[in-house]
Amino acid sequence: MSKEFETVIGLEVHAELKTESKIFCSCSTAFGAEPNSQVCPFCAGFPGALPVLNEKVLELAIRTGIALNCEIPEYCKFDRKNYFYPDLPAAYQISQFDQPVCKNGYLEIDLDGEIKRIRINRAHMEEDAGKLVHQGDITTTPFSLVDLNRCGIGLLEIVSEPDMRSAREARAYLEKLRSILLFAGVSDCKMQEGSLRCDANISVRPAGQEELGTRTEIKNLNSFRSLERAIEYEARRHVEAIEDGEELLQETRTWDEEKQLTRSMRSKEEADDYRYFPDPDLPPLRISRERIEEIRRQMPELPDAAQERLVETYGLPHYDAAILTTTPDYLEFFDRVIKIYPDAKVVSNWMMSELNKYLNQSNLEISDCLLKPEKLAEMLQLIDDGTISGKMAKTVFAEMFNSGKSAPEVVKEKGMVQISDEKALSAIIESIVNGNPKVVEDYRNGKEKAFGFFVGQVMKATRGQANPAVVNKLLKEKLK
Amino acid sequence: MALSPEEVNHVAMLARLALSEDEKTAFAEQLSLILDYVERLNELDTGEVEPLIHILPVFNVLRPDEALPGSSQEEILSNAPLVEDGQYKVPRII
Repeated sequence: MSKEFETVIGLEVHAELKTESKIFCSCSTAFGAEPNSQVCPFCAGFPGALPVLNEKVLELAIRTGIALNCEIPEYCKFDRKNYFYPDLPAAYQISQFDQPVCKNGYLEIDLDGEIKRIRINRAHMEEDAGKLVHQGDITTTPFSLVDLNRCGIGLLEIVSEPDMRSAREARAYLEKLRSILLFAGVSDCKMQEGSLRCDANISVRPAGQEELGTRTEIKNLNSFRSLERAIEYEARRHVEAIEDGEELLQETRTWDEEKQLTRSMRSKEEADDYRYFPDPDLPPLRISRERIEEIRRQMPELPDAAQERLVETYGLPHYDAAILTTTPDYLEFFDRVIKIYPDAKVVSNWMMSELNKYLNQSNLEISDCLLKPEKLAEMLQLIDDGTISGKMAKTVFAEMFNSGKSAPEVVKEKGMVQISDEKALSAIIESIVNGNPKVVEDYRNGKEKAFGFFVGQVMKATRGQANPAVVNKLLKEKLK
Repeated sequence: MALSPEEVNHVAMLARLALSEDEKTAFAEQLSLILDYVERLNELDTGEVEPLIHILPVFNVLRPDEALPGSSQEEILSNAPLVEDGQYKVPRII
């Protein structure tokens, strides 16, 4: 990326709300059902069927507004956004246009210790569209299939201000937003399943210029990685176009994950006319200040507060605290281990290294993992009381993670008990030292490295089961 | 207020209507008449009047978040001209 240009990024995030039923009808929101089995005359767009707002959707929207430091106006309403597409059977989407439920909020991202505030323009309630499945190759197939199960599921669209200046900042914003929505219990935020979706608005401008450059909107960003890559690609494309004197079009583009590039979908010139008007089928909403306070009092702990708690209570570094508060399930795991095994830094290290490694490898969520926090605590105690070494613990951990067994079970099965008995170790050390007089002499003549040779030999003789601390101590005495 | 041919084209495009030249001329005239009629509202001084969002003085009509069975797949698809694998089959649109 050329230095003389600045990238300006704003994100539009759609979060599917965690409700049992859809936003305007009572159809189920369960994921993965038979196509068109969770549909009624309303969400299939049949004439005459009327919407009634799900009270939970409103509550979750207010909760989000509180979590994102938004104003929640006393009055809001729903509007119809008109456009034709086969995934939208009514030919309009019920959304909120000029009077959204939340506005003027912000969240804070941490960039290597530097806190940056990203403003949030608004968050509004709306209904999701159905799912279009293209048969075969999208460019050649004559048909698409429509499943309306998702049509009418409640969404919150959260729109940031164009406050981000790099792919990294955009990623940090999306990660933070995801954490907040998860902690607030608003959405499952599963990007793979589409319950958290992100579009990016990108423009570039010469450094120092106030006026924004021509903006493009990138869709189909299904992971943090594709968000980052798409922004990097698109910013580069803009800079190249400007430097080559080409004209940039304001348009919607799609991210092609396979080819790692963005492609034009449609130009905004004609399409951006949704002819919004108030939905006459839905009476407006009045949100009392008492109701907001009531919801505020019931708010769960949010990531920033949880992070502070970890730093204050356990003296953890901010870095650790930020990782432990990525999701509520992750934090709960930590909180449960720490109740039994109180050394926070040790717990944090094990979670950030081994646990994360295995979770990533197996593509598991922490809530689905067989290893329970109480069992990790028990394993850490076995290290402390000398039953197993830190190195053995890694093997034990792997087995616990895969089988869900307890540490004592694994240790017993594998015959992994650490030898800390000084008498037994002394005998082994004695024979090794006696068998290597040359090395002993080297060591006594100042060749420090020779010490490592003896440790290695003892470990070999005990198949790694000797307690390293005891071996060190005994060896030093012996070689004095 | 006469509607220009471009405006008629634009509205027709948004509504996905293919209009013949004759229809365009005819609709331009009719739509202009309708707009003129509605335009009469602007003769009133509404400076002191709150914008009307909804006809009835009703607010906060809500229902509990409870999932209930909807229609069956068969029922919901019974009006569809084309169906495949339990889904509506439509011409490809990108």
